[in-house]
Amino acid sequence: MARRLSFQQAINEALDQEMARDESVILMGEDVAGGQGAEGEMDAWGGVLGVTKGLYAKHGDRVMDTPISESAFVGAAIGAAASGLRPVVELMFNDFMGVCFDQIFNQAAKFRYMFGGKAETPVVIRTMIGAGFRGAAQHSQTLYSIFTHIPGLKCVVPSTPYDAKGLLIEAIRDNDPVVFFEHKKLYPLEGEVPEELYTIPFGEAEIVREGEDVTIITLAEMVHESIKAAETLAENGVECEVIDLRTTSPLDEETLLDCVAATGRVVVVDEANPRCSIATDISALIAQHAFGALKAPIQMVTAPHTPVPFADNLEDLYKPGAEKIASAVREVLEYQTWEATASKN
Amino acid sequence: MKPTREELLDAYRVMKTIREFEERVHLEFAAGEIPGFVHLYAGEEASAAGVCAHLARPDYIASTHRGHGHCIAKGVDVHGMMAELFGRSTGLCGGKGGSMHVADLELGMMGANGIVGGGPPLAAGAALVAKRAGKGNVAVAFVGDGGSNQGTTFESLNLAKVWNLPVVFVVEDNGYAEATSSTWSIGAESNAERARGFGLHAVRIDGDDFFAVYEAAGEAIQRARDGGGPSLVDCQLNRYYGHFEGDAQTYRGPDEVKKLRADHDCIARFSSRVLETGELAESELAAIDQDALKLIEDAVTAAKSAAKPAAEELLTDVYVSY
Repeated sequence: MARRLSFQQAINEALDQEMARDESVILMGEDVAGGQGAEGEMDAWGGVLGVTKGLYAKHGDRVMDTPISESAFVGAAIGAAASGLRPVVELMFNDFMGVCFDQIFNQAAKFRYMFGGKAETPVVIRTMIGAGFRGAAQHSQTLYSIFTHIPGLKCVVPSTPYDAKGLLIEAIRDNDPVVFFEHKKLYPLEGEVPEELYTIPFGEAEIVREGEDVTIITLAEMVHESIKAAETLAENGVECEVIDLRTTSPLDEETLLDCVAATGRVVVVDEANPRCSIATDISALIAQHAFGALKAPIQMVTAPHTPVPFADNLEDLYKPGAEKIASAVREVLEYQTWEATASKN
Repeated sequence: MKPTREELLDAYRVMKTIREFEERVHLEFAAGEIPGFVHLYAGEEASAAGVCAHLARPDYIASTHRGHGHCIAKGVDVHGMMAELFGRSTGLCGGKGGSMHVADLELGMMGANGIVGGGPPLAAGAALVAKRAGKGNVAVAFVGDGGSNQGTTFESLNLAKVWNLPVVFVVEDNGYAEATSSTWSIGAESNAERARGFGLHAVRIDGDDFFAVYEAAGEAIQRARDGGGPSLVDCQLNRYYGHFEGDAQTYRGPDEVKKLRADHDCIARFSSRVLETGELAESELAAIDQDALKLIEDAVTAAKSAAKPAAEELLTDVYVSY
């Protein structure tokens, strides 16, 4: 039987195996080991949720704890990448991008272009996204669209343990800056993960469920909510195709447009806020390039345009889920053009 | 710590080349030949020359808005720099960077930086690479008095101390961050005092004096090479031009620059000292003066006749693979 690992274990294994394979891969971040300078045990945490636990024992001082100084240590990872190492730096929650964004988008993202193609910055910035932990407004956001907007950054958003391992190894070996978004609700999710090293190329979306009636385009945790919705709908004879984007930059436009051409009905599901988002971007792309294939307006299922609330009932309302997705699918299916409605009457 | 004759000749060549480069860029910009924003280093040459005299090719520097001097002192090709300022295909960055982003990573020059305070974290990273490699290399972060007030600088001072990095922070306090006096914007007595608060070795020196810079930077860099950790050198110096070219500098006192040029010029001070001590001969300096002028003249001529980047270059170099 194939070996099963959690999403969290898959990330840990990818880091471990890449560090063993390549001496130039180092890890840094707040408490990625934990216990530095304290009386108790070293590797006390292995990251705030334990994702990097055990790597200190295997790789020693290549796992570097940092002060809580994101500008300095994310910037140092970028500087180290530009001068010879392949750092994987952890920006604990993507919400903390505000305290170090300059180093990411004005420095790392720009080096190759503004230095005329002569710079390489092989840095990976791992960061957590997502609501559902009652983490409230500053620890629950989903901000990949902000990074996706920036040329020079690659953005990876895995949804399964298998993809997490393969995409992280690809990210570490890539010679450009990669932002790797880990949805914190996915950490315990188990799935088949081969023990050997493997990579998954960026820019290849995956069709995770076949279906000819409606195409659901989504990413991260919403992939699983979309599959749940699709299974419920299938009980009533509606077959949804579900596409997992896997990377938002580069974006696999070809697969999206091919699928839309076949079904003509689209629901885009994105946990992030709705304005200037991955959902709006994909909707625009489809409207621009596949307008003729559409049988109904594109539906977007997103969070509302609010910060993430703390109270559990409000957070549950905030976050898109299978029910909202299913009703969006029904709406797309039931849509009739004005002409069709008129002719019926 | 005393510079050798060779070092003195090199230092003079570096300072003179920077001065001629900047004076010429001033004229070319005024004539409309150079687009964009240009921040000139004229007046501050002793700092770049005094610090980089101690650096070898594998050592890294991170720079500032005012980066031309650091580039030249680190040995970056002057023709490539000039062409870059003119936005030509033959520029160091193919014309895609410009004055604020001239860089040559192969020579350890991590780029001028369009972000005030952008450089210190990058230098800390390069210092981490040097520390891991264990070959005694170092990184230097040049920071202006403006950049010295950024959080990135404070965080980097602390991180450098915590990780015991072989990095030297060189604050070039030229008296003004844009149009605001550093005596007003720096709350502490000096950046040296602030750095001591972070646990770094720090000295405040007369940055117009090449020999003072040479000595202070030499000690700091040697300490870093020996595993003694980070230091800060706080250079008090002067800029002869505005924050950017076109700056009317109405914030400066009447005749302020004229007096600085007459009484504080770092190159004049260097020359009179080495001639007085007999370390260098007037004919040697004159020969370097001629070389520098010719180099700049040739670089400008070449830049002006070079092609602009091809239109397809707009879309290249975003990623290594697409």
